[in-house]
Amino acid sequence: MTFRARHLLGIEHLSPDEIRAVLDLAERYVDLNRRTVKHGDALEGLTQINMFFEVSTRTQASFELAGKRLGADVMNMSVATSSVRKGETLIDTALSLNAMHPDLLVVRHPSSGAVHLLAQKVQDCAVLNAGDGRHEHPTQALLDALTIRRAKGRLHRLTVAICGDIAHSRVARSNLLLLARMENRVRLIGPPTLMPAGVGDFGCEVTDDMAEGLRDADVVMMLRLQRERMDGGFIPSEREYYHRYGLDAAKLAAARPDAIVMHPGPMNRGVEIDGTLADDINRSVIQDQVEMGVAVRMACMDLLARNLRAERGAKAAGVMA
Amino acid sequence: MSAPPEARAPRPAAPGAAASGGSLHFVNARLIDPEALTDAPGALTVRNGLIAAIGAPAPAGAAVIDCAGRCLAPGIVDLGVRIGEPGERHKESFRSAGLAAAAGGVTTIIARADTDPAIDTPEILEFVTRRAAEDCAVRIRHMATLTRGRQGREMTEIGFLLDAGAIAFSDGDHVIADSKVMARALTYARGLGALVVGHPQDPALSAGAAATSGRFASLRGLPGVSPMAERMGLERDLALVEMTGARYHADQITTARALPALERARRAGLDVTAGVSIHHLTLNELDIGEYRTFFKLKPPLRSEDDRMAVVEAVATGLIDVIASMHTPQDEESKRLPFEEAASGAVALETILPAALRLYHAEQILLPRLFRALSLNPARRLGLPQGRLSPGAPADLVLFDPDAPFVLDRFALRSKCRNTPFDGARMQGRVLRSFVAGREVYSREAADA
Repeated sequence: MTFRARHLLGIEHLSPDEIRAVLDLAERYVDLNRRTVKHGDALEGLTQINMFFEVSTRTQASFELAGKRLGADVMNMSVATSSVRKGETLIDTALSLNAMHPDLLVVRHPSSGAVHLLAQKVQDCAVLNAGDGRHEHPTQALLDALTIRRAKGRLHRLTVAICGDIAHSRVARSNLLLLARMENRVRLIGPPTLMPAGVGDFGCEVTDDMAEGLRDADVVMMLRLQRERMDGGFIPSEREYYHRYGLDAAKLAAARPDAIVMHPGPMNRGVEIDGTLADDINRSVIQDQVEMGVAVRMACMDLLARNLRAERGAKAAGVMA
Repeated sequence: MSAPPEARAPRPAAPGAAASGGSLHFVNARLIDPEALTDAPGALTVRNGLIAAIGAPAPAGAAVIDCAGRCLAPGIVDLGVRIGEPGERHKESFRSAGLAAAAGGVTTIIARADTDPAIDTPEILEFVTRRAAEDCAVRIRHMATLTRGRQGREMTEIGFLLDAGAIAFSDGDHVIADSKVMARALTYARGLGALVVGHPQDPALSAGAAATSGRFASLRGLPGVSPMAERMGLERDLALVEMTGARYHADQITTARALPALERARRAGLDVTAGVSIHHLTLNELDIGEYRTFFKLKPPLRSEDDRMAVVEAVATGLIDVIASMHTPQDEESKRLPFEEAASGAVALETILPAALRLYHAEQILLPRLFRALSLNPARRLGLPQGRLSPGAPADLVLFDPDAPFVLDRFALRSKCRNTPFDGARMQGRVLRSFVAGREVYSREAADA
């Protein structure tokens, strides 16, 4: 089988074939999700725990729905309000989890690398990174890839502009890695204070000018600007940001006429994107992204569960022999 | 000003250790003399805790040690060792640090003052001095803080602390951000001839950083500090040294961009020296890999270009001192997400094999290496150690520079095992260590 990963911690460790395997399977789940009866049995009997150390309604709901549609027993642990507040370390949390025998563990954490740490300490369980600090958010990049592939008919030789707060965005990192791996041309657009250090060595084009960055783009991907960065620390003000980097019809005119507009959500209408444009069904694929999100997460968990079962089978056979 | 008391001679590590009061005679040694910059076969005689002669015949009744062609060098004087007394004895005690030092060829520990509470009064200094004398297998001298509680506001009783034996003054990695406080402390210290050890880092720019900014930190999503923060901190300190005339040592210079500033200060005749940690000489930021917290240091590991520049600066003598910056951290403070994990690594037992990587890479010769490890720190601190000449204390390390081994962190003598070299292939092992002519470590005995 093409998809060999034990965990899904980031795009960094996925090969182009593995990425294609996820997207191909996700296509089938898109069809399933559009039927009246949406049940599959790929995760039948398995336990999925969603652990969100950082509040997220949308991603958590998407993972929950994905697990339930494939027959898993899904449990949400609202860690932001539990024992972790009382000083329990991530390692202790992992040890407690081992005792519950989960099969799939979906984790979001505010610290970069925290999901790696957890993956090292849990046993016999596949870990999915649902976003760690500013590091990676692999399922977001995969669902974006699926959205692009369906809208554009391909996922290579496209010009993709990623605009906004690149420095603090895990979505940008995962997308950058995935799009580069699939041989696309990536442009990063944003004010220099929101560009990560060393961005010149990333192998993509970098600009602080929207018109220049959007020129002939096939895909325009907007990022969310966190409220706490708008107060003069990184940018002077919300209105100056919207004036220079907010996507509206005038700025979008620089892109290809058939360019699609994406946003990982939740949107700040009037800050990074014009509300009317976001709702324009001819340009905006933001609703599709949400739909693809469920399908891609189903595909990821299905593939990881297959590897987990194969590994357990091999282990059991070893014990017998 | 009263001269600081002589470093205490330690008690013997174990009863029956070789040659207590009598004479010792090393034959077939490869003598590494950092002062004369020579590396030559020869014999060395020790009497009454001092080096008595080089190349003389064995005196009657002397215990003869056949070095079998191995290297004999002055023991390492380690400027910047953190010990957990007082406050964190579970991380490192004087006993465990002493044993680790002896096994690592470190014969003089210069202990840091960043303990809990900090060593900021003569009373605390007297306490740790007494505790160390009871328990530490090698020589040890203590630094005191430059400001109370390392808060960067009021200077400590520098005069009393000097009388109580403080060898230098340092707030550790707490930068005294207020330049007026720093200027006054430097001025006062200058009046007493005290050495101030600074941590060159712009505190605002480096706040919250877990890695050196650049491609690696950005891809890992770690908050980074520009290497420029080190140059800014150094330039500020050097300007204040120029203004006050103080004696100043920069604890760690780890970036290429800081080196020209150091060179200019030297040329201008300022009384300035600089050190670097063994880890910044032998590792770079890519070693952090997938968030390995044992590689989280302060300042953070740098790019390979910076590492190469700093190695070069040690080889040319622009950087004077190589230190372990030994910082024990327990498993709990390291088994956390990278940003939240504690900084620092243990190094007393790995400083020599790690430094020998530079020798094996043909970047530096052994006598030069021991200038940075032994002679220069001793000289800077006004200690008689670090020399291989008659009259110098017989603090010696006998080592095989070629012996290969794979480091197992659980074999370390430190109470904490947070070494970045776990599982690393290393070359060079300490065979025996001597303090004032007394054996404080023997590999043969340790293995038996």
